[in-house]
Amino acid sequence: MPTATPQSPVPQAVERENYLNKEYGVWSWLFTTDHKRIALLYLISITFFFFIGGFFALLIRLELLTPAGDLVQADTYNKLFTMHGMVMVFFFLIPSIPAVLGNFLVPMMIGTKDLAFPRINLLSWYLYVIGGVMMLHCMLTGGVDTGWTFYAPFSTNFTNTKIVEAGLAIFVAGFSSILTGLNFVVTIHRMRAPGLTWSRLPLFIWAHYATSIIQLLGTPVIAVTIVLVAAERALHLGIFDPRLGGDPLLFQHLFWFYSHPAVYIMILPSMGVISEVIACFSRKRIFGYSFVAFSSIAIAVFGFLVWAHHMFVAGISVYSALVFSFLSYAVAVPSAIKVFNWTATLYKGSIHYDAPMLYAFGFLGLFTIGGLTGLFLAALGIDVHVTDTYFVVAHFHYIMVGGALMGYLGGMHFWWPKISGRLYPEGWARLAALIVFIGFNLTFFPQFLLGYMGMPRRYYDYSHMPEFQILNVLSTAGATVLGVGYLLPMIYFLWSMRYGKPAPDNPWNAAGLEWKTASPPPTFNFDEDPVVTWEAYNYEELDAPPHQQEVPVAR
Amino acid sequence: MPDSTLVGLHHEEEHHPELLHHFADAQQQRDASSLGMWVFLATEIMFFGGLFCAYLVYRRWYFGDFAAASKSINMALGATNTAVLICSSLTVVLAVWAAQTARRALLIGSLAITMLLGLTFLGIKGIEYKDKFVEHHVPGASFSFENEPIPGHPGQFANPRHAQMFFSLYFVMTGLHALHMIIGLGIFLWLFVMAWKGRFTPEWHTPVEIGGLYWHFVDIVWIYLFPLLYLIDRHP
Amino acid sequence: MSAHSSSTASPLKGYFAVFFALLVGTGITVYAATLDLGRFNAAVALGIATVKATLVTLFFMHVWHASEKLTKLVVIAALFFLLLLLGLTMSDYATRLWS
Repeated sequence: MPTATPQSPVPQAVERENYLNKEYGVWSWLFTTDHKRIALLYLISITFFFFIGGFFALLIRLELLTPAGDLVQADTYNKLFTMHGMVMVFFFLIPSIPAVLGNFLVPMMIGTKDLAFPRINLLSWYLYVIGGVMMLHCMLTGGVDTGWTFYAPFSTNFTNTKIVEAGLAIFVAGFSSILTGLNFVVTIHRMRAPGLTWSRLPLFIWAHYATSIIQLLGTPVIAVTIVLVAAERALHLGIFDPRLGGDPLLFQHLFWFYSHPAVYIMILPSMGVISEVIACFSRKRIFGYSFVAFSSIAIAVFGFLVWAHHMFVAGISVYSALVFSFLSYAVAVPSAIKVFNWTATLYKGSIHYDAPMLYAFGFLGLFTIGGLTGLFLAALGIDVHVTDTYFVVAHFHYIMVGGALMGYLGGMHFWWPKISGRLYPEGWARLAALIVFIGFNLTFFPQFLLGYMGMPRRYYDYSHMPEFQILNVLSTAGATVLGVGYLLPMIYFLWSMRYGKPAPDNPWNAAGLEWKTASPPPTFNFDEDPVVTWEAYNYEELDAPPHQQEVPVAR
Repeated sequence: MPDSTLVGLHHEEEHHPELLHHFADAQQQRDASSLGMWVFLATEIMFFGGLFCAYLVYRRWYFGDFAAASKSINMALGATNTAVLICSSLTVVLAVWAAQTARRALLIGSLAITMLLGLTFLGIKGIEYKDKFVEHHVPGASFSFENEPIPGHPGQFANPRHAQMFFSLYFVMTGLHALHMIIGLGIFLWLFVMAWKGRFTPEWHTPVEIGGLYWHFVDIVWIYLFPLLYLIDRHP
Repeated sequence: MSAHSSSTASPLKGYFAVFFALLVGTGITVYAATLDLGRFNAAVALGIATVKATLVTLFFMHVWHASEKLTKLVVIAALFFLLLLLGLTMSDYATRLWS
């Protein structure tokens, strides 16, 4: 059992055995079944793909600095936005919070030693890596130019880029996602600590449960769609080919049946993080706990009802479009309920402006803007004008970057002490959060204006609309700032692993079972199996000074 | 392969060697395994569901052509295969019951017969595929479906392109089903070996149960594929 | 499953009864396909298939005796979302020609 000796170069305040120092060596990581180590394996892999996707974004923004298509050729530009989308969606956003924070925290938050199926957990990481390597190979040998949505019949009949390989890469990564969801559902149902009833669960768990439902029921549909596309390309079957009696819209129905709920896979875990962070840094339980919990489930279910709002102008029946438009308004309601409840939590809270909370504030504002612009798009009349413009691009980046990614960063900061046993430098973290917020808005707000004024998406050349250049230049400048904002945490997190102050068990004095064990935790999470007798977010108990315990606490 | 254990972290009571340490007790492990397989089957329902969706759309659009194409596949073989799978589902439940009641010979025999029936299914499927190949009903360059009458509409002939759509879906759906069958055979081979080695007891035979669930699911998919593909219009 | 109350011959009778019902159902399906029932051919075929699938699920897969309601909930949820996929997709195809 390794322990730090007085002569060790890095003095460790905590010499206890934990999941990091229990075993050393590459094989102990590559063959681990410890959910915490697997979470870190995922952290490294998804960060790698974030760089790749970000690199493509950089090239896109560089091209759009000038109206003429002068940096890359049209075909190359098509590949850039396709690879940016595919990598960011399938290899960064979808896994991000569940595979990193979810894997690390779900067993700890429910008081158990590991997920239900630790070996399947490891398998899911290997599948992710295999899918990622396939995608890398695909990109390095020519890539794909269909857009991340790979619509038929272009993808099945006309493009000569590597659709089958990219599709198979996504298929494999999708299977990884399914296994993660399976693990979470079974773990949350079957392995909660004694006394931990559903109504005492942290909202982070509710959010991941809802996310898992979507992963389980939605991903198989895009998997079979990819099979059909591959079969069509290889065997010329004609399932989506109009010349052979096929319907390209069938592809879109099957594709979006998954890909719309997929966006809820990306945002729900982030909402779970936000619930934890807002509660902790307002020192209050989340207002309307059951509303927030059931809203997570409602979002998961309703999210499956709205997919054809991506197809309003594609040729679906107008009556069907009416139904989907109405349902798209309905799906906004549970999200709005959550925003109201988080805001109500802040009211009369004792607000602390630590970095995680700054990200949470950013989330609240940016997710709200993104969500409201979604309602614009859900209105048939408006959608006709702004679909396939930068308005849509701005809308989904507000949610996925301003929402999901902010939540991810906030969560990484919040739980970093638990994960690494070190404190990150708070000053730098607040600065980075601010840079991210400014850079984000500078990048994407101009895109709302561009889209509304008519700039189409996926165009590399807008020289027939040179008046759009100034907004594009602002957007590219913002992207540079945003990039700096993302680099800073990577640098200081790494720095903190060697030079950061050792973290106590509960640096934030936060509620939750994960804070009742060491930072970093031992391999089996708890020295004794916990038994839960308290409600979630019991901040009034945590904050009660000893001499004020006779003060009645409102529940 | 059990995970590394920390000696001393377990209760004093003796526990089954198959109990994985991160579970509180054997019941929790059993419940987790069962729920895990059911959740996986739910994903499989959605996986096949996409194909059923495609089938539904095109059958509605091209009903006559689909009926003509359906008539050309061998109903007797399809019905036989349905019966084969139903028999195999019986042998699977018998295997589970045998494991529950410590009847080792019945368990091994049932597992073996299940595999034989599965192989029979695949063999019959192979014959059907070969027939389709010979008749030029395989979608692709050599596809041909000329002058096939639409059932119930004398004088009208099926549109070859739309009939090809039927065969595309036929091959993808039955092909995917056959792939699941092959995987099932692999699973049952593993179960057979484990049973032969005497690994299953009335206290622990979870792999047999959840392997059985998988096999029944593959049977259910075929229960739907058979009427949809083979029985569109069989009026004489 | 350990939730089973009996390990005597009684489940065997049930299994064989279901087995015969499944075979009979298959025979009926084939026979019904040779009758001209118009648009009800499909309904009959799918109806019988559903009965068969239900029998397999409830009795061969032991859902009928499942002590956990969760098992039933998982099955129902999967079917619900499948029907959603089929139904809402058809809401487009079925109404395209309405105008």
